[in-house]
Amino acid sequence: MKCNKLVDAGRRQFLRGGAVAGVGAAAAMMTGVQAQAATPGAQLDYPSTKLANIADLAINDPVDIEFPDADSPGILLKMGEAVEGGVGPDGDIVAYSVLCPHKGWYLNYNGEDRTLNCPGHFSRFDTEVGGQQVWGHATQNLPQFTLRVDDSGDIYAEGASDLIFGRPSNVL
Amino acid sequence: MAYKRQIDRLPIPPKDAKVHNVTCHYCIVGCGYKAYTWDRNKQGTMQDNALGIDLSEQQGANGVWMAPSMYNVVKQDGKDVHLAVIPDEDCVVNSGLGSIRGARMAENRPSTVTGTQQQRLSDPLVWRNGVHQPTSWDDALDLVAQVTARVVTEGSEDDLVVSMFDHGGSAGGYENTWGTGKLYFESMKVKNCRIHNRPAYNSEVHSTRDMGIGELSYQYKDYELTDTIFMVGANSLETQTNLFLNHMVPGMRSGARFIMVDPRRSVTVNAAEDVAGKENVLHLSIKPGSDMALFNAIFTEIVSKGWVDADFIASSTFQGGIAVAEDEAHPAALGSLEEAMKATNMSLADAAEICGVSAEDIAKAAAWIAEPKDGERRKCVTAYEKGIIWGNDNYRTIGALVNIALVTGNVGREGGGVCRLGGHQEGYYRPSDAHVGRPAEYVDQLLINGGGKVHHIWATDHYKTTLNASQFKRVHKKRADMVKDAMDAAAGGSRADLVDAIVGAVNAGGLFVVDVDIIHSQIGANAHVVLAACEANEMNLTSMNGERRLRLSEKYMDPFGNSRPDCLIAAAVAQNMERVLTDMGNADYAAQFKGYDWETEEDAFMDGYHQGNPDVTYERLRAMGNNGVLEPVIGYENGELIGTEREYADGKFTRHGREDQKALFCAAGWRGWQAAGKAEEEAKYDFWINNVRANIFWQSQFLDQDNDFIQDRFPYPFIEMNADDMAGLGISAGDLIEISNGNGATQGMAYPVETAKSGQVAMVFGSPAGSQGNIVSPGVNELVLPDYKHTWGNIRKLANATPRTKAVSFKSKEYTA
Repeated sequence: MKCNKLVDAGRRQFLRGGAVAGVGAAAAMMTGVQAQAATPGAQLDYPSTKLANIADLAINDPVDIEFPDADSPGILLKMGEAVEGGVGPDGDIVAYSVLCPHKGWYLNYNGEDRTLNCPGHFSRFDTEVGGQQVWGHATQNLPQFTLRVDDSGDIYAEGASDLIFGRPSNVL
Repeated sequence: MAYKRQIDRLPIPPKDAKVHNVTCHYCIVGCGYKAYTWDRNKQGTMQDNALGIDLSEQQGANGVWMAPSMYNVVKQDGKDVHLAVIPDEDCVVNSGLGSIRGARMAENRPSTVTGTQQQRLSDPLVWRNGVHQPTSWDDALDLVAQVTARVVTEGSEDDLVVSMFDHGGSAGGYENTWGTGKLYFESMKVKNCRIHNRPAYNSEVHSTRDMGIGELSYQYKDYELTDTIFMVGANSLETQTNLFLNHMVPGMRSGARFIMVDPRRSVTVNAAEDVAGKENVLHLSIKPGSDMALFNAIFTEIVSKGWVDADFIASSTFQGGIAVAEDEAHPAALGSLEEAMKATNMSLADAAEICGVSAEDIAKAAAWIAEPKDGERRKCVTAYEKGIIWGNDNYRTIGALVNIALVTGNVGREGGGVCRLGGHQEGYYRPSDAHVGRPAEYVDQLLINGGGKVHHIWATDHYKTTLNASQFKRVHKKRADMVKDAMDAAAGGSRADLVDAIVGAVNAGGLFVVDVDIIHSQIGANAHVVLAACEANEMNLTSMNGERRLRLSEKYMDPFGNSRPDCLIAAAVAQNMERVLTDMGNADYAAQFKGYDWETEEDAFMDGYHQGNPDVTYERLRAMGNNGVLEPVIGYENGELIGTEREYADGKFTRHGREDQKALFCAAGWRGWQAAGKAEEEAKYDFWINNVRANIFWQSQFLDQDNDFIQDRFPYPFIEMNADDMAGLGISAGDLIEISNGNGATQGMAYPVETAKSGQVAMVFGSPAGSQGNIVSPGVNELVLPDYKHTWGNIRKLANATPRTKAVSFKSKEYTA
């Protein structure tokens, strides 16, 4: 069952430079701060990147995002019921990297069973179970972004659960 | 909860990191990896590093990436060093692809720093004062030799039962099969022995060998050059992952069609449909056990249509009736095409009835395999594995499949081959096993019936990987406990008192058990002595993969604790036997245990494999890198070993050892269920219990029982089931269920699968948390090959989903575009 419409729309947005303005600038600023730090922290400092406002989200209607920087595409999803790692009043908003942690292919979202699927080598991940790999070759589950929702309903990404494909450090 | 690694940064290997060739030791494909090791206090930079890429840039799809699972801190020459094990882009086997198993090799190394694989054995253990206690090698080996020497001299070598791996990779390989082989087949002539996954010492593919064709004759490249991939009873996307992704997928992209014979729809079928298009994939979902009828109908159809390679048949196959008569050692006659056809004749209609697929689809399969294409002979690779190897009527069924390849001339040719896909890599080099006989002793039954007094076990866990396991475990434990009780009663006495107590117990029906393994396994719980082994890359190890690609996988770390290579353990057992037998005044017998003065695994390699293959040395293999050389090695020129691209390219067939070098056809007459008890079991129970394998821990499950990422996904063995069947039994996703029949019972976690047929379930094989072998009947074929695949049972719910199983995804495993 193919369900590429949303993903294709999202991918076009991504290729245009991102669905949310200002992301690249935020990431670049943070990279600069880290490079100047005399004593790097034991843990990474992630940018706090605004992804969207809750009002912008519809159930099972994915929004393409970039986090922690413009080279790291992701997906923001409102699932409609509380899920693992979900934020917001309904505990149902999640975000994941969409670079397959096997070989870095861009994952497709299947809205029918709410999985992210890799066209390269057939791996798939469950967006309702914390990005767990349902089946595949990756040696980790999908990096899930740590989200915060402020009083105005703005959603921010501020961390990641796992290393993002193609980089030795989530913040480059 | 999905397992999160909570790692967001990794050390960078510096440019001067040591680089080691690594062949993944888990499955038969043997993907190439590079291991980098470097000092604890050193690191590379984003621009200046061992990977030679600018790490400050996001790598694109297919780029080089070190995942957290590819990293660890291990001991090397006694020091803690960083380790990264990364897929090798220059290896022709995998071209930089990692599998979910191989890409965790680093993480699955024992580390006292990161705490990984703390289940690994660091020292020998001995049963002492009611528990397994750590001890020295001298103490453990002395007890093994004292008891073994007493028993085999007071009785005979037939009182020593040996279970031992025969494979490559992992803890196998040419070094270790030679060490164990020399001990049991040269110093001794042990005939009561068996292999790691079956209850006798036999080939899994006797018939193809008897027909003259070794089971690994092609090269993986043939999948890229063929017109049709004909796969039977295998699931390559899961069990030969990068063979499928890196060779079969390109073949299909170049136009190859794909035929799958399997009652179950697997992820391999789904992926093939995605790559080749549904119109180019034919899934023959036959009734369980009916493969031979299908093959015979395809064979008959091909011959009747004249789609045969007449020149090849005339020049390369036996002419003139029967060459080998059916007898106790040959479950079918072998001979000419005409002779075979007398037994194999099968109409499309009859096969359709037996197999439960349409006559049209069978005819279509025959056409896809053999109908000339553009006026030329059609090329077809035939690939098979456990579906028929552990299936109904092993000898004849495999023979019937090989018949199809032979009659179409698809052996020894580009884009052809009729090969098993395999499980482990291969690495067999031992003295002759002719004394074992054929049929070989059914060793599990021998032990169950009270035979044997001493049981040496090498990297074999019958608790998880034998048939009739429920009964086997009960008896093995009972007999081992007799010895444990005797040892406990002799506590505090001298070594002589202890040996007397043990010998007394085994003479009264007990069993003295020595287990050699890298972990304290389930059968190891019955052991009286446990010897701690190491595995590939903790030692140098040579093996060949499923296309006979021989490589040296290099040592990059120390064995864990005081563990040792199996070959050196075998040598130490031999040396202790020599000493003890000498002390017993048995000098002649003691002399048989000389010749083990090996310091290293390389010494064992030179003593064994090198003697039969004088061109091959460690130094030369090291120079051949991760691409190695395709066996058999036929020379050494200009600094390179010269191998063999394909076997039988000259049309001369040798595997059977016949002087005429002609291949034989198999008179594979269909006879329904072959093994005793299968038909009755099928009639009695509600569900066919298929046993299957899973990508995620294929050939690594023994280590993955201590891997959080894996245990998070499948905390219990999965049992794939039809959703309506589940509803009928009141079972929900993740519920713990029991499968039982007259042989025993086992447990697992219900996993609903849309495409599962009603009345058929698929349980993962070999799980430490629920052994499918518990419910497999003892029925075997004439040559003691088990039919694990044909098991029936009833199912009931044991318990509601636990918190762990509730947290698991139960979505379809099939990729959707």
